[in-house]
Amino acid sequence: MKLKKSIAISESGFVFDPMSGESFSVNEIGMEILELMKQDQPVDAISEYFVKTYDVEASDFEKYFYDFIGMLRQYQLIEDNEPA
Amino acid sequence: MEKKIFERPYIKKIRAGMPSKFGKPVKIDPLPFIDDLPVEELIKQYGSPLFVISEKTIRETFRKAKMAFETRYPRVQFAWSYKTNYLDAVCRIFHQEDAWAEVVSGFEYEKAEKNGVAGNKIIFNGPDKSLSDLKKASENDSLIHIDHFDELYDLIEVAKKMDHKPRVAIRVNMDTGVYPIWDRFGFNYENGDAWDAINRIVRSEKLELSGLHCHIGTYMLSTEAYRRAASKLGELAVRAFHRHNTLIKYIDIGGGFATQNTLKGAYYQGYDTAPSFDEYAESITSALLDVNFPDNKLPLLILETGRALIDDAGFLLGTVLANKRLSGGNRATILDVGVNNLFTSFWYDHEVNPVKDTSDHFEESTFFGPLCMNIDVIRDAISFPLLRKGDQFVIKRIGAYNMTQWMQFITYRPNVVLIDINGSTHVIRKMEDLNAVTAGESVPDHLQKI
Ligand SMILES: Cc1ncc(COP(=O)(O)O)c(C=O)c1O
Repeated sequence: MKLKKSIAISESGFVFDPMSGESFSVNEIGMEILELMKQDQPVDAISEYFVKTYDVEASDFEKYFYDFIGMLRQYQLIEDNEPA
Repeated sequence: MEKKIFERPYIKKIRAGMPSKFGKPVKIDPLPFIDDLPVEELIKQYGSPLFVISEKTIRETFRKAKMAFETRYPRVQFAWSYKTNYLDAVCRIFHQEDAWAEVVSGFEYEKAEKNGVAGNKIIFNGPDKSLSDLKKASENDSLIHIDHFDELYDLIEVAKKMDHKPRVAIRVNMDTGVYPIWDRFGFNYENGDAWDAINRIVRSEKLELSGLHCHIGTYMLSTEAYRRAASKLGELAVRAFHRHNTLIKYIDIGGGFATQNTLKGAYYQGYDTAPSFDEYAESITSALLDVNFPDNKLPLLILETGRALIDDAGFLLGTVLANKRLSGGNRATILDVGVNNLFTSFWYDHEVNPVKDTSDHFEESTFFGPLCMNIDVIRDAISFPLLRKGDQFVIKRIGAYNMTQWMQFITYRPNVVLIDINGSTHVIRKMEDLNAVTAGESVPDHLQKI
Protein backbone atom coordinates (compact mmCIF):
# COMPACT_ATOMS: atom_id res chain seq x y z
CA MET A 1 0.00 0.00 0.00
CA LYS A 2 1.15 3.49 -0.85
CA LEU A 3 0.33 6.92 0.35
CA LYS A 4 -1.15 9.09 -2.37
CA LYS A 5 1.66 11.09 -3.98
CA SER A 6 -0.14 14.40 -3.74
CA ILE A 7 -0.60 14.27 0.04
CA ALA A 8 1.16 17.10 1.87
CA ILE A 9 2.41 16.53 5.40
CA SER A 10 3.40 19.46 7.59
CA GLU A 11 5.80 19.11 10.48
CA SER A 12 3.23 20.28 12.97
CA GLY A 13 1.00 17.26 12.43
CA PHE A 14 -1.30 18.36 9.65
CA VAL A 15 -2.04 16.38 6.53
CA PHE A 16 -3.62 17.94 3.48
CA ASP A 17 -5.18 16.12 0.55
CA PRO A 18 -5.26 18.60 -2.38
CA MET A 19 -7.49 16.27 -4.42
CA SER A 20 -10.37 16.39 -1.96
CA GLY A 21 -9.47 19.58 -0.13
CA GLU A 22 -9.73 17.74 3.18
CA SER A 23 -7.26 18.24 5.99
CA PHE A 24 -6.45 15.94 8.86
CA SER A 25 -4.59 16.01 12.13
CA VAL A 26 -2.27 13.19 13.22
CA ASN A 27 -0.44 12.43 16.41
CA GLU A 28 3.35 12.00 16.53
CA ILE A 29 3.38 8.27 15.95
CA GLY A 30 0.98 8.64 13.03
CA MET A 31 3.22 11.34 11.63
CA GLU A 32 6.31 9.15 11.78
CA ILE A 33 4.47 6.33 10.06
CA LEU A 34 3.32 8.66 7.28
CA GLU A 35 6.85 9.92 6.76
CA LEU A 36 8.27 6.41 6.54
CA MET A 37 5.49 5.49 4.12
CA LYS A 38 6.31 8.53 2.00
CA GLN A 39 9.84 7.19 1.75
CA ASP A 40 8.33 3.91 0.50
CA GLN A 41 9.70 1.94 3.43
CA PRO A 42 8.34 -1.59 3.56
CA VAL A 43 6.13 -2.59 6.48
CA ASP A 44 8.83 -4.76 8.05
CA ALA A 45 11.27 -1.88 8.15
CA ILE A 46 8.66 0.44 9.66
CA SER A 47 7.87 -2.11 12.32
CA GLU A 48 11.55 -2.71 13.09
CA TYR A 49 12.11 1.00 13.53
CA PHE A 50 9.21 1.39 16.00
CA VAL A 51 10.05 -1.68 18.04
CA LYS A 52 13.63 -0.41 18.37
CA THR A 53 12.71 3.16 19.26
CA TYR A 54 9.53 2.75 21.26
CA ASP A 55 8.30 0.67 24.13
CA VAL A 56 6.09 -1.55 21.98
CA GLU A 57 6.05 -5.24 20.99
CA ALA A 58 6.11 -6.15 17.31
CA SER A 59 2.72 -7.87 17.51
CA ASP A 60 1.15 -4.87 19.20
CA PHE A 61 2.69 -2.50 16.73
CA GLU A 62 1.34 -4.52 13.83
CA LYS A 63 -2.15 -4.34 15.30
CA TYR A 64 -2.07 -0.58 15.68
CA PHE A 65 -0.32 -0.07 12.35
CA TYR A 66 -2.98 -1.89 10.36
CA ASP A 67 -5.67 -0.13 12.30
CA PHE A 68 -4.06 3.16 11.25
CA ILE A 69 -3.83 2.02 7.64
CA GLY A 70 -7.53 1.25 7.88
CA MET A 71 -8.18 4.85 8.86
CA LEU A 72 -6.04 6.11 5.96
CA ARG A 73 -7.99 3.93 3.58
CA GLN A 74 -11.24 5.20 5.06
CA TYR A 75 -10.10 8.75 4.38
CA GLN A 76 -8.93 7.74 0.89
CA LEU A 77 -5.35 8.75 1.49
CA ILE A 78 -4.03 5.46 0.13
CA GLU A 79 -3.47 4.76 -3.52
CA ASP A 80 -4.03 1.05 -3.98
CA ASN A 81 -7.02 -0.98 -3.09
CA GLU A 82 -5.33 -4.17 -2.05
CA PRO A 83 -6.55 -5.39 1.32
CA ALA A 84 -4.25 -4.51 4.19
CA MET B 1 18.74 3.57 25.89
CA GLU B 2 15.35 4.22 27.43
CA LYS B 3 12.62 3.55 24.85
CA LYS B 4 10.04 6.19 24.08
CA ILE B 5 6.41 5.78 25.16
CA PHE B 6 4.28 4.42 22.36
CA GLU B 7 0.89 5.91 21.65
CA ARG B 8 -1.58 4.44 19.22
CA PRO B 9 -1.13 6.10 15.75
CA TYR B 10 -4.09 8.24 15.00
CA ILE B 11 -5.49 10.43 12.26
CA LYS B 12 -8.62 12.54 12.33
CA LYS B 13 -10.40 14.58 9.74
CA ILE B 14 -10.61 18.27 10.57
CA ARG B 15 -14.09 19.62 10.13
CA ALA B 16 -14.50 23.34 9.91
CA GLY B 17 -17.60 25.06 11.20
CA MET B 18 -19.99 22.23 11.95
CA PRO B 19 -20.02 21.42 15.64
CA SER B 20 -20.11 17.65 16.02
CA LYS B 21 -22.29 15.66 18.37
CA PHE B 22 -19.15 14.82 20.28
CA GLY B 23 -18.98 18.36 21.56
CA LYS B 24 -15.86 20.32 22.17
CA PRO B 25 -13.06 18.17 23.52
CA VAL B 26 -12.01 19.36 26.91
CA LYS B 27 -8.83 18.27 28.59
CA ILE B 28 -9.65 15.13 30.56
CA ASP B 29 -7.60 14.78 33.69
CA PRO B 30 -6.34 11.39 34.74
CA LEU B 31 -7.71 9.99 37.97
CA PRO B 32 -4.89 7.85 39.37
CA PHE B 33 -6.00 7.82 43.02
CA ILE B 34 -9.20 7.39 45.02
CA ASP B 35 -8.82 8.65 48.59
CA ASP B 36 -5.04 8.48 48.12
CA LEU B 37 -5.10 4.81 47.08
CA PRO B 38 -3.70 4.04 43.60
CA VAL B 39 -6.40 2.82 41.23
CA GLU B 40 -3.91 0.41 39.64
CA GLU B 41 -3.32 -1.26 43.01
CA LEU B 42 -7.04 -1.51 43.73
CA ILE B 43 -7.60 -3.28 40.43
CA LYS B 44 -4.58 -5.52 40.96
CA GLN B 45 -5.90 -6.58 44.36
CA TYR B 46 -9.64 -6.79 43.72
CA GLY B 47 -9.99 -7.28 39.96
CA SER B 48 -11.62 -5.39 37.12
CA PRO B 49 -14.30 -4.18 36.90
CA LEU B 50 -14.52 -2.99 40.48
CA PHE B 51 -16.90 -0.81 42.45
CA VAL B 52 -15.19 1.45 44.98
CA ILE B 53 -17.01 3.45 47.64
CA SER B 54 -15.42 6.22 49.67
CA GLU B 55 -16.67 6.34 53.24
CA LYS B 56 -15.04 9.73 53.65
CA THR B 57 -17.04 11.19 50.76
CA ILE B 58 -20.29 9.71 52.10
CA ARG B 59 -19.79 11.25 55.52
CA GLU B 60 -18.65 14.61 54.17
CA THR B 61 -21.56 14.80 51.73
CA PHE B 62 -24.06 13.83 54.39
CA ARG B 63 -22.74 16.44 56.82
CA LYS B 64 -22.85 19.12 54.16
CA ALA B 65 -26.48 18.32 53.37
CA LYS B 66 -27.45 18.19 57.02
CA MET B 67 -25.72 21.48 57.72
CA ALA B 68 -27.53 23.16 54.81
CA PHE B 69 -30.89 22.32 56.41
CA GLU B 70 -30.06 22.55 60.10
CA THR B 71 -28.70 26.07 59.78
CA ARG B 72 -32.05 27.14 58.32
CA TYR B 73 -34.64 25.09 60.18
CA PRO B 74 -34.69 23.83 63.77
CA ARG B 75 -36.00 20.29 63.33
CA VAL B 76 -34.53 18.20 60.53
CA GLN B 77 -34.29 14.44 60.03
CA PHE B 78 -32.79 12.55 57.08
CA ALA B 79 -33.99 9.05 56.21
CA TRP B 80 -31.68 7.00 54.02
CA SER B 81 -33.47 5.94 50.83
CA TYR B 82 -32.58 2.25 50.72
CA LYS B 83 -33.28 1.69 47.04
CA THR B 84 -30.55 4.13 46.12
CA ASN B 85 -27.87 1.88 47.59
CA TYR B 86 -28.80 -0.78 50.11
CA LEU B 87 -25.48 -2.47 50.65
CA ASP B 88 -25.48 -3.00 54.42
CA ALA B 89 -22.15 -1.24 54.97
CA VAL B 90 -23.39 1.82 53.09
CA CYS B 91 -26.69 1.95 54.99
CA ARG B 92 -24.87 1.64 58.30
CA ILE B 93 -22.65 4.62 57.51
CA PHE B 94 -25.80 6.70 57.05
CA HIS B 95 -27.37 5.26 60.20
CA GLN B 96 -24.19 6.07 62.16
CA GLU B 97 -24.63 9.62 60.88
CA ASP B 98 -28.10 9.50 62.42
CA ALA B 99 -30.20 8.91 59.33
CA TRP B 100 -33.39 6.86 59.66
CA ALA B 101 -34.34 4.31 57.00
CA GLU B 102 -36.73 4.92 54.09
CA VAL B 103 -37.89 1.65 52.50
CA VAL B 104 -40.35 0.74 49.75
CA SER B 105 -40.75 -3.03 50.07
CA GLY B 106 -40.89 -5.87 52.54
CA PHE B 107 -37.36 -6.82 51.47
CA GLU B 108 -35.97 -3.36 52.14
CA TYR B 109 -37.84 -3.28 55.45
CA GLU B 110 -36.15 -6.53 56.49
CA LYS B 111 -32.81 -5.09 55.50
CA ALA B 112 -33.35 -2.01 57.67
CA GLU B 113 -34.33 -4.23 60.61
CA LYS B 114 -31.23 -6.36 60.06
CA ASN B 115 -29.15 -3.20 60.10
CA GLY B 116 -30.50 -2.50 63.58
CA VAL B 117 -32.76 0.43 62.74
CA ALA B 118 -35.50 0.81 65.36
CA GLY B 119 -39.02 0.27 64.01
CA ASN B 120 -40.09 3.81 64.81
CA LYS B 121 -37.24 5.10 62.64
CA ILE B 122 -38.32 3.23 59.53
CA ILE B 123 -40.43 5.08 56.96
CA PHE B 124 -42.40 2.66 54.81
CA ASN B 125 -43.20 4.11 51.37
CA GLY B 126 -44.35 2.71 48.06
CA PRO B 127 -47.47 1.22 46.49
CA ASP B 128 -46.59 -2.41 47.27
CA LYS B 129 -47.09 -3.29 50.94
CA SER B 130 -48.63 -6.68 51.70
CA LEU B 131 -51.04 -7.21 54.60
CA SER B 132 -48.26 -8.86 56.57
CA ASP B 133 -45.93 -5.94 55.77
CA LEU B 134 -48.57 -3.52 57.06
CA LYS B 135 -49.10 -5.61 60.18
CA LYS B 136 -45.41 -5.81 60.98
CA ALA B 137 -44.84 -2.10 60.33
CA SER B 138 -47.82 -1.23 62.54
CA GLU B 139 -46.60 -3.45 65.38
CA ASN B 140 -43.14 -1.87 65.12
CA ASP B 141 -44.60 1.66 65.22
CA SER B 142 -43.04 2.52 61.86
CA LEU B 143 -44.20 5.50 59.83
CA ILE B 144 -46.46 4.08 57.13
CA HIS B 145 -46.91 6.32 54.13
CA ILE B 146 -50.16 5.45 52.40
CA ASP B 147 -50.04 5.46 48.62
CA HIS B 148 -53.63 4.72 47.53
CA PHE B 149 -57.16 4.20 48.87
CA ASP B 150 -56.97 0.39 48.62
CA GLU B 151 -54.00 0.46 50.93
CA LEU B 152 -55.77 2.86 53.28
CA TYR B 153 -58.63 0.38 53.73
CA ASP B 154 -56.21 -2.55 54.13
CA LEU B 155 -54.48 -0.66 56.88
CA ILE B 156 -57.73 0.24 58.62
CA GLU B 157 -58.54 -3.50 58.70
CA VAL B 158 -55.09 -4.28 60.14
CA ALA B 159 -55.48 -1.51 62.72
CA LYS B 160 -58.80 -2.87 63.99
CA LYS B 161 -56.93 -5.82 65.48
CA MET B 162 -54.23 -3.72 67.11
CA ASP B 163 -54.13 -2.14 70.53
CA HIS B 164 -52.48 1.05 69.31
CA LYS B 165 -53.13 3.26 66.32
CA PRO B 166 -50.60 2.84 63.49
CA ARG B 167 -48.82 6.10 62.66
CA VAL B 168 -49.44 7.12 59.07
CA ALA B 169 -48.85 9.83 56.51
CA ILE B 170 -50.30 10.18 53.05
CA ARG B 171 -48.18 10.59 49.99
CA VAL B 172 -49.32 13.64 48.09
CA ASN B 173 -48.65 14.37 44.43
CA MET B 174 -49.15 17.83 43.03
CA ASP B 175 -48.45 20.39 40.37
CA THR B 176 -45.10 21.97 41.23
CA GLY B 177 -44.55 23.51 37.83
CA VAL B 178 -42.40 20.58 36.68
CA TYR B 179 -43.94 18.25 34.12
CA PRO B 180 -44.91 15.51 33.73
CA ILE B 181 -46.36 15.39 37.26
CA TRP B 182 -45.49 12.21 39.09
CA ASP B 183 -49.15 11.50 39.75
CA ARG B 184 -48.84 7.72 39.74
CA PHE B 185 -47.94 7.73 43.40
CA GLY B 186 -50.05 9.00 46.24
CA PHE B 187 -53.09 11.25 46.31
CA ASN B 188 -53.44 14.34 44.17
CA TYR B 189 -53.50 17.74 45.85
CA GLU B 190 -55.26 19.77 43.17
CA ASN B 191 -58.20 17.43 42.55
CA GLY B 192 -58.97 17.08 46.25
CA ASP B 193 -57.99 13.41 46.65
CA ALA B 194 -55.33 14.27 49.21
CA TRP B 195 -57.82 16.19 51.33
CA ASP B 196 -60.33 13.37 50.93
CA ALA B 197 -57.74 10.84 52.15
CA ILE B 198 -57.02 12.99 55.20
CA ASN B 199 -60.74 13.13 56.02
CA ARG B 200 -61.17 9.39 55.69
CA ILE B 201 -58.14 8.67 57.88
CA VAL B 202 -59.38 10.98 60.61
CA ARG B 203 -62.93 9.65 60.41
CA SER B 204 -61.77 6.02 60.63
CA GLU B 205 -60.47 6.72 64.14
CA LYS B 206 -58.17 3.75 63.67
CA LEU B 207 -55.07 5.52 62.40
CA GLU B 208 -52.98 8.38 63.71
CA LEU B 209 -52.31 10.90 60.96
CA SER B 210 -48.76 11.96 61.86
CA GLY B 211 -47.33 13.36 58.67
CA LEU B 212 -47.62 14.46 55.09
CA HIS B 213 -45.28 13.16 52.43
CA CYS B 214 -44.33 13.92 48.86
CA HIS B 215 -41.60 12.90 46.47
CA ILE B 216 -42.00 15.20 43.52
CA GLY B 217 -39.55 13.51 41.17
CA THR B 218 -35.94 12.57 40.83
CA TYR B 219 -33.02 14.64 39.53
CA MET B 220 -35.11 17.79 40.00
CA LEU B 221 -33.21 20.82 38.79
CA SER B 222 -35.84 23.29 39.98
CA THR B 223 -35.58 24.49 43.57
CA GLU B 224 -38.78 26.42 42.96
CA ALA B 225 -40.66 23.12 42.60
CA TYR B 226 -39.62 22.24 46.16
CA ARG B 227 -40.82 25.58 47.43
CA ARG B 228 -44.25 24.92 45.92
CA ALA B 229 -44.34 21.38 47.31
CA ALA B 230 -43.44 22.51 50.82
CA SER B 231 -46.07 25.27 50.69
CA LYS B 232 -48.80 22.91 49.57
CA LEU B 233 -48.04 20.34 52.26
CA GLY B 234 -47.92 23.18 54.79
CA GLU B 235 -51.33 24.37 53.66
CA LEU B 236 -52.79 20.84 54.05
CA ALA B 237 -51.32 20.61 57.55
CA VAL B 238 -52.93 23.88 58.59
CA ARG B 239 -56.27 22.84 57.09
CA ALA B 240 -56.15 19.45 58.88
CA PHE B 241 -55.67 21.25 62.18
CA HIS B 242 -58.46 23.75 61.67
CA ARG B 243 -60.95 21.15 60.46
CA HIS B 244 -60.07 18.14 62.61
CA ASN B 245 -57.78 19.46 65.33
CA THR B 246 -55.21 17.03 63.95
CA LEU B 247 -51.64 18.14 64.51
CA ILE B 248 -49.34 17.15 61.67
CA LYS B 249 -46.05 16.28 63.36
CA TYR B 250 -43.84 15.99 60.31
CA ILE B 251 -43.57 17.02 56.71
CA ASP B 252 -41.54 14.69 54.51
CA ILE B 253 -40.31 16.32 51.31
CA GLY B 254 -38.92 13.08 49.82
CA GLY B 255 -35.80 12.96 47.68
CA GLY B 256 -34.97 14.07 44.18
CA PHE B 257 -32.04 16.47 44.48
CA ALA B 258 -29.90 16.43 41.33
CA THR B 259 -26.25 15.44 41.29
CA GLN B 260 -23.49 16.75 39.08
CA ASN B 261 -23.94 13.96 36.59
CA THR B 262 -24.97 15.15 33.12
CA LEU B 263 -28.31 13.88 31.88
CA LYS B 264 -28.25 12.36 28.40
CA GLY B 265 -29.00 14.95 25.78
CA ALA B 266 -28.54 17.85 28.22
CA TYR B 267 -26.90 20.87 26.66
CA TYR B 268 -25.08 21.95 29.79
CA GLN B 269 -22.84 19.83 31.98
CA GLY B 270 -24.36 18.62 35.26
CA TYR B 271 -21.83 20.48 37.36
CA ASP B 272 -23.05 23.75 35.85
CA THR B 273 -26.75 23.10 36.40
CA ALA B 274 -27.23 21.06 39.61
CA PRO B 275 -28.36 23.27 42.51
CA SER B 276 -26.40 23.01 45.77
CA PHE B 277 -27.80 21.60 49.02
CA ASP B 278 -27.94 25.19 50.26
CA GLU B 279 -30.15 26.24 47.36
CA TYR B 280 -32.58 23.35 47.85
CA ALA B 281 -32.60 23.94 51.61
CA GLU B 282 -33.28 27.64 51.18
CA SER B 283 -36.38 26.99 49.03
CA ILE B 284 -37.83 24.27 51.24
CA THR B 285 -37.20 25.82 54.63
CA SER B 286 -38.23 29.35 53.65
CA ALA B 287 -41.52 27.95 52.31
CA LEU B 288 -42.15 26.09 55.58
CA LEU B 289 -41.19 29.07 57.73
CA ASP B 290 -43.78 31.09 55.81
CA VAL B 291 -46.62 28.74 56.82
CA ASN B 292 -48.70 29.70 59.85
CA PHE B 293 -48.49 26.37 61.63
CA PRO B 294 -50.86 25.98 64.62
CA ASP B 295 -49.41 27.24 67.92
CA ASN B 296 -46.33 28.27 65.94
CA LYS B 297 -45.12 24.68 66.27
CA LEU B 298 -42.94 23.79 63.32
CA PRO B 299 -43.33 20.19 62.16
CA LEU B 300 -40.26 17.99 61.86
CA LEU B 301 -38.82 18.26 58.35
CA ILE B 302 -37.91 14.85 56.93
CA LEU B 303 -35.74 14.41 53.83
CA GLU B 304 -35.36 11.18 51.90
CA THR B 305 -32.46 12.36 49.78
CA GLY B 306 -30.95 9.46 47.85
CA ARG B 307 -28.73 10.04 44.85
CA ALA B 308 -27.33 13.39 45.97
CA LEU B 309 -25.93 11.78 49.13
CA ILE B 310 -24.19 8.82 47.52
CA ASP B 311 -23.44 9.45 43.85
CA ASP B 312 -20.11 11.22 44.41
CA ALA B 313 -18.86 8.51 46.77
CA GLY B 314 -19.09 5.72 44.17
CA PHE B 315 -16.56 4.89 41.46
CA LEU B 316 -16.56 2.15 38.85
CA LEU B 317 -13.10 1.04 37.77
CA GLY B 318 -12.56 -0.86 34.55
CA THR B 319 -10.22 -1.91 31.78
CA VAL B 320 -10.21 -1.57 27.99
CA LEU B 321 -10.73 -4.94 26.33
CA ALA B 322 -10.33 -3.95 22.70
CA ASN B 323 -10.36 -1.23 20.09
CA LYS B 324 -12.28 -1.60 16.88
CA ARG B 325 -13.27 0.38 13.87
CA LEU B 326 -16.90 0.07 12.87
CA SER B 327 -17.96 -0.26 9.24
CA GLY B 328 -18.35 3.49 8.84
CA GLY B 329 -14.84 4.10 10.12
CA ASN B 330 -16.00 5.19 13.56
CA ARG B 331 -13.95 4.10 16.51
CA ALA B 332 -15.38 1.66 19.04
CA THR B 333 -13.78 0.98 22.37
CA ILE B 334 -14.86 -2.18 24.19
CA LEU B 335 -14.76 -1.96 27.97
CA ASP B 336 -15.15 -4.65 30.60
CA VAL B 337 -17.89 -2.47 32.16
CA GLY B 338 -21.32 -2.93 30.62
CA VAL B 339 -24.84 -1.71 31.32
CA ASN B 340 -25.23 -4.79 33.54
CA ASN B 341 -23.03 -2.97 36.05
CA LEU B 342 -23.76 0.61 35.09
CA PHE B 343 -27.52 0.87 34.87
CA THR B 344 -27.36 4.65 35.13
CA SER B 345 -25.65 4.90 31.74
CA PHE B 346 -29.22 4.79 30.38
CA TRP B 347 -29.80 8.21 32.00
CA TYR B 348 -26.43 9.88 32.14
CA ASP B 349 -23.47 10.70 29.96
CA HIS B 350 -21.16 9.48 32.68
CA GLU B 351 -17.84 11.18 33.15
CA VAL B 352 -14.96 8.82 32.41
CA ASN B 353 -11.34 9.48 33.34
CA PRO B 354 -8.23 7.64 32.26
CA VAL B 355 -6.07 6.39 35.13
CA LYS B 356 -2.77 7.45 33.58
CA ASP B 357 -1.68 10.70 32.05
CA THR B 358 -2.45 10.83 28.33
CA SER B 359 -1.39 12.90 25.38
CA ASP B 360 -3.51 15.82 24.24
CA HIS B 361 -4.82 13.87 21.28
CA PHE B 362 -8.49 13.09 21.42
CA GLU B 363 -10.41 10.61 19.44
CA GLU B 364 -14.12 10.38 18.86
CA SER B 365 -15.34 7.02 19.99
CA THR B 366 -18.20 5.00 21.35
CA PHE B 367 -17.64 3.11 24.60
CA PHE B 368 -19.31 -0.29 24.45
CA GLY B 369 -19.66 -2.79 27.25
CA PRO B 370 -18.76 -6.47 26.81
CA LEU B 371 -22.31 -7.84 26.60
CA CYS B 372 -23.59 -9.43 23.42
CA MET B 373 -26.33 -6.90 22.84
CA ASN B 374 -26.78 -3.63 21.05
CA ILE B 375 -27.97 -1.61 24.00
CA ASP B 376 -24.71 -2.17 25.83
CA VAL B 377 -23.40 1.34 25.34
CA ILE B 378 -21.69 3.21 28.13
CA ARG B 379 -21.04 6.44 26.19
CA ASP B 380 -22.26 6.83 22.64
CA ALA B 381 -20.33 9.90 21.61
CA ILE B 382 -17.28 10.68 23.59
CA SER B 383 -14.14 12.55 22.76
CA PHE B 384 -11.43 10.79 24.67
CA PRO B 385 -7.66 10.40 24.82
CA LEU B 386 -6.39 7.40 22.87
CA LEU B 387 -6.86 4.20 24.82
CA ARG B 388 -5.16 0.87 24.28
CA LYS B 389 -6.05 -2.63 25.30
CA GLY B 390 -5.34 -3.03 28.99
CA ASP B 391 -5.61 0.67 29.82
CA GLN B 392 -7.64 1.36 32.93
CA PHE B 393 -10.27 4.02 33.52
CA VAL B 394 -12.51 5.32 36.27
CA ILE B 395 -16.18 6.22 35.90
CA LYS B 396 -17.12 8.82 38.48
CA ARG B 397 -20.29 9.57 40.41
CA ILE B 398 -21.95 6.19 40.17
CA GLY B 399 -22.83 5.55 43.83
CA ALA B 400 -26.60 5.87 43.34
CA TYR B 401 -28.88 3.21 41.85
CA ASN B 402 -26.16 1.06 40.27
CA MET B 403 -25.45 -1.28 43.17
CA THR B 404 -29.18 -1.93 43.44
CA GLN B 405 -30.36 -1.95 39.83
CA TRP B 406 -27.42 -3.91 38.44
CA MET B 407 -28.15 -7.12 36.61
CA GLN B 408 -26.57 -10.48 36.90
CA PHE B 409 -26.37 -11.06 33.16
CA ILE B 410 -23.82 -13.18 31.27
CA THR B 411 -21.18 -12.67 33.91
CA TYR B 412 -20.70 -12.25 37.66
CA ARG B 413 -21.18 -8.98 39.46
CA PRO B 414 -17.82 -7.67 40.63
CA ASN B 415 -16.38 -6.93 44.06
CA VAL B 416 -17.51 -3.81 45.88
CA VAL B 417 -14.78 -2.31 48.04
CA LEU B 418 -15.20 0.33 50.72
CA ILE B 419 -12.30 2.65 51.50
CA ASP B 420 -12.77 3.61 55.15
CA ILE B 421 -11.82 6.96 56.62
CA ASN B 422 -8.36 5.65 57.55
CA GLY B 423 -7.68 4.51 54.01
CA SER B 424 -8.10 0.78 54.70
CA THR B 425 -10.05 -1.26 52.18
CA HIS B 426 -12.86 -3.72 52.91
CA VAL B 427 -14.74 -5.95 50.50
CA ILE B 428 -18.36 -5.12 51.37
CA ARG B 429 -19.86 -7.33 48.67
CA LYS B 430 -17.79 -10.04 47.21
CA MET B 431 -17.72 -10.92 43.57
CA GLU B 432 -20.31 -13.52 42.71
CA ASP B 433 -19.37 -17.05 41.78
CA LEU B 434 -21.28 -19.96 40.32
CA ASN B 435 -22.63 -20.98 43.72
CA ALA B 436 -23.88 -17.51 44.57
CA VAL B 437 -25.67 -17.18 41.24
CA THR B 438 -27.22 -20.65 41.16
CA ALA B 439 -28.05 -20.97 44.88
CA GLY B 440 -31.78 -20.61 44.32
CA GLU B 441 -31.99 -23.02 41.38
CA SER B 442 -33.05 -26.65 41.54
CA VAL B 443 -33.10 -29.34 38.87
CA PRO B 444 -36.11 -31.73 38.71
CA ASP B 445 -35.34 -35.48 38.86
CA HIS B 446 -36.03 -36.12 35.21
CA LEU B 447 -33.40 -33.57 34.22
CA GLN B 448 -30.67 -34.82 36.52
CA LYS B 449 -29.14 -36.96 33.84
CA ILE B 450 -28.31 -35.45 30.46
C1 LIG C 1 -40.38 7.82 47.97
C2 LIG C 1 -38.98 8.10 47.58
N1 LIG C 1 -38.18 8.77 48.42
C3 LIG C 1 -36.89 9.04 48.11
C4 LIG C 1 -36.32 8.65 46.92
C5 LIG C 1 -34.90 9.01 46.60
O1 LIG C 1 -34.84 9.86 45.52
P1 LIG C 1 -33.50 10.52 45.00
O2 LIG C 1 -32.48 9.44 44.82
O3 LIG C 1 -33.89 11.15 43.71
O4 LIG C 1 -33.06 11.54 46.01
C6 LIG C 1 -37.14 7.96 46.00
C7 LIG C 1 -36.58 7.54 44.71
O5 LIG C 1 -37.21 7.27 43.73
C8 LIG C 1 -38.49 7.67 46.34
O6 LIG C 1 -39.30 7.00 45.50
